[in-house]
Amino acid sequence: MSWFQRYMRSSIGAKQVMAVTGLGMVLFALIHMTGHLQMFGGRDMYNGYAHFLQHLEVKWVARLGLIAIVVIHIFTAISLVMKNRAARPVAYAMYKPVASTPMSRYMAMTGLVILAFIIYHLLHFTIGTVQPQYFHMLDDKGRYDAYSMFVRGFQNVGIFASYAVAVFMLCMHLGHGASSWIQSLGWRHPKYGTDKLGPILGIVLFLGYIAPPTAVLIGMIKLPGA
Amino acid sequence: MSDMNLTVHVWRQKDAKSPGKMVPYKVTGVSEHASFLEMLDILNEQLQAKGEEPVAFDHDCREGICGMCSLMINGRPHGGQKATTTCQLHMRKFKDGEEIFVEPWRAGAFPVLRDLSVDRTSFEKIQQAGGFVSTNVGSAPDANSVPIPKEDADRAMDAAACIGCGACVAACPNGSAMLFVGAKLAHLHSLPQGQAERGHRTQAMVNAMDAAGFGNCSNHYECEAACPKEISRDVISLMNKDYVKASFTHRERSGKGDGGA
Repeated sequence: MSWFQRYMRSSIGAKQVMAVTGLGMVLFALIHMTGHLQMFGGRDMYNGYAHFLQHLEVKWVARLGLIAIVVIHIFTAISLVMKNRAARPVAYAMYKPVASTPMSRYMAMTGLVILAFIIYHLLHFTIGTVQPQYFHMLDDKGRYDAYSMFVRGFQNVGIFASYAVAVFMLCMHLGHGASSWIQSLGWRHPKYGTDKLGPILGIVLFLGYIAPPTAVLIGMIKLPGA
Repeated sequence: MSDMNLTVHVWRQKDAKSPGKMVPYKVTGVSEHASFLEMLDILNEQLQAKGEEPVAFDHDCREGICGMCSLMINGRPHGGQKATTTCQLHMRKFKDGEEIFVEPWRAGAFPVLRDLSVDRTSFEKIQQAGGFVSTNVGSAPDANSVPIPKEDADRAMDAAACIGCGACVAACPNGSAMLFVGAKLAHLHSLPQGQAERGHRTQAMVNAMDAAGFGNCSNHYECEAACPKEISRDVISLMNKDYVKASFTHRERSGKGDGGA
């Protein structure tokens, strides 16, 4: 086994893989959030952003990179969960955790909900199988009318509710993960209160993600001409 | 002084291969000044008087420094009292008539030998892999010839307080030993004497930890809360940083000559 394989398979290597891939996804989530906050800037601004992303030269490089990060994160997580279960073959009759949080203990569950949601989300807005009737509309400049697709999507209460649940799970997952990576990479230092970073990022992303769909639902963001 | 009568649920297991189960026992006339281990001594006397097999449990110094006593008491390692080993836990912390659950450390790497007694040889193997410094004997260096900042000496001492009891493993939802290994590494790596073998030591001890079948750290920090010596999670952070550095930059030993461990 090469030194690199040994590192990747070690307990510390595995958690650093989780940390780095997780951090990659947090950065994506932040960019994705700022992108969609442009819903508040109106149809022209939002469709312009969607057009820019659609015609990005490195679109497939970014997509494949993200898919690779997600796949590595998931497979490492599955391997870690299996090893951790095996490390305690007989369960305690009584076990009272005091330091860990629901956020840290339910990482696998919140992660799976987020994965399921991402697949649904891609089917909805990237592949267009959830609401195909709204998928290939064009705006007055001949661009894909992503704005109207967004509004019609979140006018549906069921879609809004599933989105809200998923974004809350993301908030929970990052509440632990987005500060855990600092410890995993060994950068935790008593001078910087980095343990608060996770909960803060989780709340920021929750608010940033829930705001545009909520604005649609309460009629603040409307279809053009409505 | 009032004596207490208790119901103690104890894990009974004949040997490493037999299945075990929780068995309730009545213990009578326990002084509130007794330690938890003395309460178990009283239970064993009462069991022997009835002709029953006494409960096996680990103990040695009974003054909180040897790391031999263990026990998961009511779901917490060493009973959950801050900075306290089981031997230093007193029965005045319990109430008359209380039901107490006593289990062994639960980890695949700590197999139960009998009842509450577990085999912690895996910790010894990790220590033997690198938890030492190599020095020449016979020529003691002049004391204080190597200046060591007070903060570094304090950090080394805080880490060296680890008694290797295994409460961190017992408390961890994943059965990880990273607080123990981190403490052993931080002890030596906070001092100049530990620098010479730093890369090799980090890799050797972490590899021994993984080979022993301990779980993986997912930063729950239950270990830190359970540690009777209050070892900080900072030692794990230091180990994480050292391990990635050693993995990517340490020139591994060739095995030639007499220096290869």
